[in-house]
Amino acid sequence: MLSKKQLFKRGMIDISPHMLSVIPFGIICGAIGIELGFHPYSVYAMSLIIFGGASQIVFLQLLSGGASSLVAVASVGIINSRHLLYGAVLSEYLEKLSFIKKLLISYIVVDQGFAESNKFFKKNRNEEFLHYHLIGTGCTLWFCWQIATLSGIILGSFVPEELGLKFTIPLTFIAIIVQDLKKLDHVIVMITCGLSSLLFFDAPFKSFIIISPLIALFVAALLLRLKK
Amino acid sequence: MTVTTIIFAGILTYFTRMTMIALISRDMLGDKIKAVLEYVPSAVFPAIIFPGIFINDFGTFIEMNDPKIFGALVAVIVGYLSKNIIATISSGLVSYWFLIFVVFN
Repeated sequence: MLSKKQLFKRGMIDISPHMLSVIPFGIICGAIGIELGFHPYSVYAMSLIIFGGASQIVFLQLLSGGASSLVAVASVGIINSRHLLYGAVLSEYLEKLSFIKKLLISYIVVDQGFAESNKFFKKNRNEEFLHYHLIGTGCTLWFCWQIATLSGIILGSFVPEELGLKFTIPLTFIAIIVQDLKKLDHVIVMITCGLSSLLFFDAPFKSFIIISPLIALFVAALLLRLKK
Repeated sequence: MTVTTIIFAGILTYFTRMTMIALISRDMLGDKIKAVLEYVPSAVFPAIIFPGIFINDFGTFIEMNDPKIFGALVAVIVGYLSKNIIATISSGLVSYWFLIFVVFN
């Protein structure tokens, strides 16, 4: 049995390599907000209140492009609706927590934290304080995101755009799923999702980000049926 | 004005995170659904990866000789063999830099 502290630390360690992409992306996100002419407090409030990388950038771009608040809010909701899937996966491991703890832990569920903690949960189902791993990954991501966006807001885009650091975003997610390329069924699901995301890229409200996972999960369900 | 909009967007985002964790109990999901949920990472992340590689900042497809494709391939191979996140990200980025700063320059 690992202690709460050990699990928290383990979460911090497991998530730390992803800071290679989270920190530059956060800086870019803060700098874009200022470049688009938003008040620094508004840009920072987003990191605190929304706390969701890609959706923050889309939100700023829509508002500065003259879209209505309703369109901006709807887009953020649709982009972030993928968290519903993460929640459904995590609920199995978090069911013993009290309602209040569930409400609190929900705030820090983000892509990379979900991915790394889910991997850990699968291997260590029997740990009593499993959720401390998720708190470790989530708090690390939260802290780094706040610092990174703040520095982007204050210092501007001090990371040269020519470096193309936005490219670290796809790379970080490649690192997350690359080991599943060993399994043919996962490869089929990944390709389905990837091709759908390109096909539906122009769908309204950035909805490709939830349409393509749903198509891929449907294919996964068909594959499961074939396996039997 | 902006702040109210941010708060609404934040509440909506929080609900996407909280709904399935706090309001749904495990028994409400059948075994079949749980089996399908095993595929969530493989079914979600390519929707971030593919556009990040194949679509540029202006929302159009890149050329097939774009350095990002090469960088991503290197990252996949290095990641697969090394099982190391830092190696995956840095190999992809460095090979991308090599192409844009050395080869195409």
